[in-house]
Parts: sequence; C-alpha cells; structure tokens
Amino acid sequence: MSVSTIWVYAESADGAPTSSTLELLTKARSLGGTVEAFTTAADAAAIAPALGAHGATKVYAAGPLGDVLPGAPAAAAIAALVEAGNGPDLLLFATSYEGRDTMARLSAALDRPVLTNNVEVALDGDSVAVTTPIFGGNTLVTTRFTGPGPYLASFRPKSFAAEESGGGAPEVVTVAVPDTGAAGATTVLARHVEERSGPKLDEAAVVVSGGRGLGEAGKFDLVEQLATLLKGAPGASRAIVDAGWVPYAYQVGQTGKVVKPNVYIAAGISGATQHMVGMKGSKNIIAINKDAEAPIFSVADLGIVGDVHKVLPKLIEALQAKG
Amino acid sequence: MNVVVCVKQIPDPAVPGELDPATSTLKREGKLILDESDSYGVEMALQLVDAAGGGEVALVSMAPNSETSGLRTALAMGAARAVLVSDPVLAGSDALGTAKVLAKAVERAGLPDLVLAATESSDGYTGTTPEQLAALLGLPSITFAKKVEVADGKVRVERQTEAGYDEVECALPALVTVTAGVVEPRYPSFKGIMAAKSKPVDEVAVADLGLDAASVGQAGARQEIVSVAAAEARQAGEIIEDDGEAYLKVVAFLEQLKVI
Repeated sequence: MSVSTIWVYAESADGAPTSSTLELLTKARSLGGTVEAFTTAADAAAIAPALGAHGATKVYAAGPLGDVLPGAPAAAAIAALVEAGNGPDLLLFATSYEGRDTMARLSAALDRPVLTNNVEVALDGDSVAVTTPIFGGNTLVTTRFTGPGPYLASFRPKSFAAEESGGGAPEVVTVAVPDTGAAGATTVLARHVEERSGPKLDEAAVVVSGGRGLGEAGKFDLVEQLATLLKGAPGASRAIVDAGWVPYAYQVGQTGKVVKPNVYIAAGISGATQHMVGMKGSKNIIAINKDAEAPIFSVADLGIVGDVHKVLPKLIEALQAKG
Repeated sequence: MNVVVCVKQIPDPAVPGELDPATSTLKREGKLILDESDSYGVEMALQLVDAAGGGEVALVSMAPNSETSGLRTALAMGAARAVLVSDPVLAGSDALGTAKVLAKAVERAGLPDLVLAATESSDGYTGTTPEQLAALLGLPSITFAKKVEVADGKVRVERQTEAGYDEVECALPALVTVTAGVVEPRYPSFKGIMAAKSKPVDEVAVADLGLDAASVGQAGARQEIVSVAAAEARQAGEIIEDDGEAYLKVVAFLEQLKVI
C-alpha cells in the first residue's frame, strides 16, 4: 500500500480553523500526494477557504451535528467512508479534546492502532513513521506502522509551522453520519467560556507563568501584573490549576497549552516533566525559584535562585518606573 | 450503583524512566505503584457509590506479571474487588490492545452503570485507551471531566475545553474520564490497608477472556520502533543567587531581547 491520500481532521473555533489544523495541513502538503480535510464544523463552508489556502483540495463535511460531542459521530462517518473505499491512507489529528476522542473511536471501529503525541511524521517506503518525545522531551522515539492502513496519528500543537499554499477554495462534500445509537448520545447542555484579556496564551510573544512557589492563590496577581506590563499572557503550572487557583485555560504543559513565545518567565515553578513539555520550545527562558536544584534551571537562559515574593514585586516596580 | 474503575500500575514516576535497549520499551522492573491519575477515578467512584446509597466499586487492571501492589492501594482506599488480567503475552500491548483486554475485563467484572478512567496514564500518556474502551463496549463517553454527578439514570459532567468548560450529559451506562483535581483522593487508612489484603482479586489470563492472543501484546500492536535518539539538549544559561538586586538582571535581559 502506498500513502497517497492524506486527511487532516479539521477543527474550528469561532468560525475559523484552529491553528493546529493549519499546521497539520501544511505538514501534510510536504509529504506529497493528495491532501484533504474532514470536519464536523457547523460552518464547513465558512472554514473551507482557509483550509484550501493551506493545502486541502477537498473538504468532507459531516456537520452540523447539533449539541452532541463530535467524537462518536465523526468516527462513524469516517469509518463509513473508509469502508466504502473513499478513505485516506493516513489521517492526521491534533492532540486536542475532539481530536483524541475521534481518533480513539475510529481506531476501535477500524481496528487500527494509533500513534499519539507526535512532533514529526515522514513517509517510510509504503508506511509512515512518526516521532514522539518521551522523558520530558529528552529522548525521541521514532515508530513505524507495520499493519495495513489507514494510519492514525496525532500531533502536539506547534509541531509544525502553518504556511499558506496559495491553493484556492476546495470542493466541499457533505457526508452522511451513521446512527451511533446510545454511544453517540451525549448532549452538550451549556458552554462556559472563561474570559481573559490580553493576548492568547498560545500566541503571546511573552508568557509569564506561576506555580506552587507562589504559595497562595492571591499571589497569582503578581504573575498577572508582570504579564500585563510585558504585554504578554499569564500562564500556570498544572499544580496550581489542579489546586483551583486559576482556570484550566491558563495551564501550560502536556495536558494544557503548548507555548513557544519569545520570552517565557517561570515564577515559582520547579519544572515537572508535565510542564517542561509545554514550554521547552520557548526562545528565551527566565526562571525564578527558591530551590537551586529545581529542574527548570536546566533549561533556563537566565535563572534566579530566589524568592518570587521578593523578586517579582521589585521587577514589577522597575518596569512600572520605566513606563 | 456499580462503578468499574480502570487502574494502571506503573513504575514510580519519581524514579527516572529508562528504555530497555533490546526492545526499546519502557523498563518496568521493580515495584509498581497505582498511577496517581487513577487515584482520582477511584475516589470519584467511591463518592458516587456513597451518594447513591448502595452498590460497589470494582477495579480492572492489566499487568504482564501478576503485579498487585498498585491494585492493593486502590482496594485499601475502599474498592471492593478487582479483575486483574495478567499474562506474558500482554507485554508490548499498545493502547488499542489494552482497550481490548480492559473491555473483556469490564464484562467479566459485571457491566457497571459507570466506567471511570483517568484521561491519560502518567507513564504512556497516550490518552486514547478509555475512548477506545468505550467504543468497544458500545458506551457513550465523556472525557476530561472536572466535575461528575449522577442522577436519574444520567451522568452530568463539567468537561474541560480549550476555552473553559462544557456541561455535558448522557444516559447510563457510560464511560467518563476524570482529570487530576476532580476530587481529593483519600489516603488509605490502616484499617483499609489491612482489609485490602483479603479483598478478592480475580486474576485471569488472555485465553480466559476469549481473546485472540495475536490481537493484543506486541503482536497486536502493529508498529515497530525504528530509532531512539537523544533530543537536542537545551543548554542551561546563567544562574545567579538573588542578593536583592537580581531583578536588575531580568530587566537587563529583557532589554537585550528588546522586549522592553
């Protein structure tokens, strides 16, 4: 079997494809062959031009699905296309809530393995090889699919840069969604958006993150003040998100946001593997932590061994004085 | 109300991980512990059964070599019994192979009202096994729960999203994956630890479940590791002790980067 048709599972938010979707389309294009997209977006026609501009020549649309979680119906729709001989040889997903659910359901439906959390993909003869960082990103493991396709793989956000292809608007093909019965009967009753001001965490040029070293929820204010002064976004370690100090949307790490800003300031963060995976790609890292042995210092360009409660207020004052 | 919790016994994450150079798989020598991620599911299950006023919490787990130390922790927390699938052929199982085994184990435990699992394990963090399990069992599923309630034959979940959270509901039986922090796991009491020693662990092999050995383990994984390489290491930069003036270093660094 050759890998000639590659699909990207396209997700959207606020009427536009997500950045991960555009990154995957760009990468898919570089592998050669036909690049197409599959989406459950309610607004497939609206997002199709942007998908086309990044390389998709056709968009299979299975939406709108209404108020159900998309994983089960999306997987059933893709499985039906594969079984009818109209599926891809390789299907790329983002490591996201919807991507994970759909890929896993599809894996079970087609009896195909999945390779997850990857940062690279290459064709290996008639097969596909993907690369996954393990041990906090210190080791890279490359794995090849050995069985029949289609091959299913997911990729961490920001593994690839999104670039336009100059392609035109793709054809939008509406596909049927098979009845998924009880397995697909999950109803979304309400959606809650946790408002935050300033640049988006995963797009900000400067990110200031706080961790357990802040000592108490009230001290997160220091992180927010510093982020505002630097026109950046505040972030957080999993520890203080789990502790309920800040909403989940602030979390930087393996199960949170992957960030690659120009400057990352880690305040009171020791640098657990979970966190490092999410911020190690930052261009410049500044770490402030009391514990000189904290793993965060092994990746910091500037490390301050000190108390965040002393260093941050002085830093904030100095920046305010500079105007 | 009966709840089955999927639990994984993993090498202690505090000990740095190592790959076996011969097989390129994670070394799993030494004592295994209950994955901390799973302790949230166990606690959630215990609380839901309490709130329902009856029923029990059963565990399902898979291990290549009869390991039970992690299971005993969950039993000591209050789970009633466990099904442990232990078989040498399971070595090298991938996420789907694991889900196939767990699906049979859940059926053996007695199909419950609710299956709980962690969103992902702390060692493999594939994050797909629970959803594969739900698909194999034909159950609806809600992943990334940060709050779980059961009432009137339905489970209602606050599910994390990119932007915040959604309130999602589905009918029982269902599968839910919980995040760390959904509840505060209890510490096993001395009484619980003693009681756990005599709680039943139903140890079965792959053949007992009616599964084809070729569909699980290394044979069923249909993937091979091509290479293992060290990632380009990030060099540590300048590290200084704060003498009260260290903030000036930060200011200078930010100026040099033209951020200010």
